[in-house]
Amino acid sequence: MNEQVKQALIAKLTALADDELILAHRDSEWVGHGPILEEDIALANIAQDELGHATLWYGLRSALDGSDPDRLAFFRDATEFRNCELVELPKGDWAFTLLRQYLFDAYETLWLSAAKDSTYKPLAEVAAKVLREERFHLQHTRAWVERLGLGTEESNRRMQAALDAQWGYAQQLFVPLEGEALLVEGGIVPDLTELKGAWLSHTTQHLQNSGLKLPLQPGYQPASRQTHTEHLWSLLAEMQSTARWDSEAKVW
Amino acid sequence: MVRTPSADQVWQALAEVPDPEIPVLNVVEMGMVRDVQVEGGKAVVTMTPTFSGCPALHVIREGLERALRELGFAEVEVRTVLFPPWSTDCIAPEARAKLERYGIAPPRPAGELGLIELELEPVRCPRCGSLDTSVKNPFGPTLCKSLYVCNACREPFEGFKRV
Repeated sequence: MNEQVKQALIAKLTALADDELILAHRDSEWVGHGPILEEDIALANIAQDELGHATLWYGLRSALDGSDPDRLAFFRDATEFRNCELVELPKGDWAFTLLRQYLFDAYETLWLSAAKDSTYKPLAEVAAKVLREERFHLQHTRAWVERLGLGTEESNRRMQAALDAQWGYAQQLFVPLEGEALLVEGGIVPDLTELKGAWLSHTTQHLQNSGLKLPLQPGYQPASRQTHTEHLWSLLAEMQSTARWDSEAKVW
Repeated sequence: MVRTPSADQVWQALAEVPDPEIPVLNVVEMGMVRDVQVEGGKAVVTMTPTFSGCPALHVIREGLERALRELGFAEVEVRTVLFPPWSTDCIAPEARAKLERYGIAPPRPAGELGLIELELEPVRCPRCGSLDTSVKNPFGPTLCKSLYVCNACREPFEGFKRV
């Protein structure tokens, strides 16, 4: 692998891991606050899965550049994170959380299904592994979108508000990184523009069947992953506080 | 003279290491141990994790290392591989029966899984054996289990996720 491809791959793995880490943190904010016990447990499971996936992606990066996953998670500043803005938005209400998770799960499942044929074997192996776990997320969040969308006037209103707020942000999942074209060319990662078509047809159909309307004017225009909302700073302040409080500790 | 334990003895020792979350099963019958190599005084065990976010992974690794040291190896190495990915099809048949006796419905064959699918075959209640059961939540108290309820005996129960 030449140096240019390697650097592009490191950047991509960082973005993949950062998405999962930040989303896991937002989901974990529900622990102990879920609307019913079973759903509290379900979201804690999902958060734990996403955190496991983040560990695998950071692990692949580590194999390339020797970086320490714990230091990447707990000692980088917001400007160095490469997660999309969708995952860092505050958790909002239950509808907001479940819709975000659904939009992300649909993207992740499609991405992994394509990535399991990657020409870079370590990435293909992780994708095949993660895909087996990810199906449960999509099954669960799909059902929640339908349940709330077709539920009461109030649940539909909340789901629609979540969709209006998130639809634009979700498009950022399909903005390639600088240098990503090199990886696509080498068959290392799937082409996001191709995936976007599949994602749009899957989500549009499900959202409409769930009694929701796609926003005509998404307020947010997808930017590069170097930009973040103000919310990432406060999220990191909380998430990193223990590690930064005693950075030399052997176990946190 | 101290004799180096054979690979067979290593397998037997590893079969004493319980799965921390389902202690009725050991890591060998869970299908987590892929390979054992004995090279002189060194033992190398290759394992595969079940769920990537499983919080018990480090406990399992420590369990494997401890079992090898107790067997007399001065040098032990536990390698992790992800391929082929662990699937519930790796669980040994006798372990499935143990799960059921323990009150956890064993997983049905996974094979090649589609992205989204309906529950085609019903899960059998481990208490009364009825097939009239419904899934209440695909996520249970641990990553590997889902929650069910039996419509016949009215008891809730856990089922091993099919992955």
